[in-house]
Amino acid sequence: MAVLSLVEVKNLTCERGGRRIFRDVSFAAATGQVLTLEGPNGAGKSSALRILAGFLPQAAGEIRMQMTAGYAVTDSEERGRLVGWIGHTDGVKAQLSVLENARFFAALYGARIDVTEVLNHVGLKRLIDLPAQYLSAGQRKRLGLARLILSNRPLWLLDEPLSSLDAAGRRLAAELIGEHCDDGGIVIVATHETLGLDATRFFLGNV
Amino acid sequence: MMAFQALLVRDMRLAFRAGGGASLAAAFFALVSALVPFGVGTDLVLLGRIAGGVLWVSAALAALLSLDRLFQADYEDGSLDVLMLSPLQLEGAAAAKILAHWLTTGLPLVVLSPVLGLLLNLPPPGYFALIGSLIIGTPALSGVGAIGAALTLSIRRGGLILALIVLPLITPALIFGAGAVMDALQGTGRGAFLFLAAFSVAAVALSPFAAAAAVRLNLGG
Repeated sequence: MAVLSLVEVKNLTCERGGRRIFRDVSFAAATGQVLTLEGPNGAGKSSALRILAGFLPQAAGEIRMQMTAGYAVTDSEERGRLVGWIGHTDGVKAQLSVLENARFFAALYGARIDVTEVLNHVGLKRLIDLPAQYLSAGQRKRLGLARLILSNRPLWLLDEPLSSLDAAGRRLAAELIGEHCDDGGIVIVATHETLGLDATRFFLGNV
Repeated sequence: MMAFQALLVRDMRLAFRAGGGASLAAAFFALVSALVPFGVGTDLVLLGRIAGGVLWVSAALAALLSLDRLFQADYEDGSLDVLMLSPLQLEGAAAAKILAHWLTTGLPLVVLSPVLGLLLNLPPPGYFALIGSLIIGTPALSGVGAIGAALTLSIRRGGLILALIVLPLITPALIFGAGAVMDALQGTGRGAFLFLAAFSVAAVALSPFAAAAAVRLNLGG
């Protein structure tokens, strides 16, 4: 599974709307590692993750993803192909049922795992036929976790993955993160809460 | 290819669900065309002469109706992030969305058009040209419209701006589309039809690239 050995961020500077959010930020995460990005509101945790995923261009700095095969990926859209994502928005279509949403994710990411099994694992099995618009925020998050599993990517970028999850959901999320790292994956999490996992902490302060 | 198909099927499914644009566009097309005789009057000869133009204008407006959500809905609920990370290039995703829009909006208009032609007293020689020009021309509406939709995806209530951007750009399709029907009625050759085809091919071929570029521009801001 370990196809990605190191994510390296060097002297990253982020500007949004003409305002500098942070500058000269450097950190790295190696295979099997959980890195948490912490900091006050507006410190740029979400922006940092969006830059890593390739959604946002960086104002300056370098991002390298070192593959175990020897080469490194730097291009923003190629980086995105390595990323499993949970963001502020759930990426769930309200008009489609839970199963239809999950099947779409599986087909989009070319997953070869059984979709219903994954939904069972995240605790949504009984809601399979329910249109996603009737899901609670926590249940939507669980559907996001299902997408994370289905996407089968080595690098997980998670923006507040625990928000609106109940106690069991938090345990599930922590468990999934732990399993992913045991498989040789890398997880970078922006969060205000403790995951209950062995994680390296990185603090993003205001400039 | 599997990802392309998945997105195509999802967008088509969404178009037929609550809040989707498919039936809405068809109903709008029928309604606008049916309203014209009330405004123009019951001069059957006049109606027959303007039927091609009326149907083409209604088709263009109907296609516009559901376009503003083409990328915006995905942008708002985070689906666009999911798409960006998929193995499908953004150009491919745009192409799938354009194709889905045409299949759920353009094609029903084509099917509906002969009935509405009858309603507007379109003379018999015009039907073949009407259906043919709509089949050839409506993909251009979806393609050019997708560029406008991608440009306005982050603007709240961008639908009006979208119309202002897209309507001038699809004027050639209107001119040559209505012209093709007129040519058939007057027996004046196939010039307009060929120009329509050329415009449509160019629009469809270029629009996925332009739309993808516009999406990137919007996300990077």
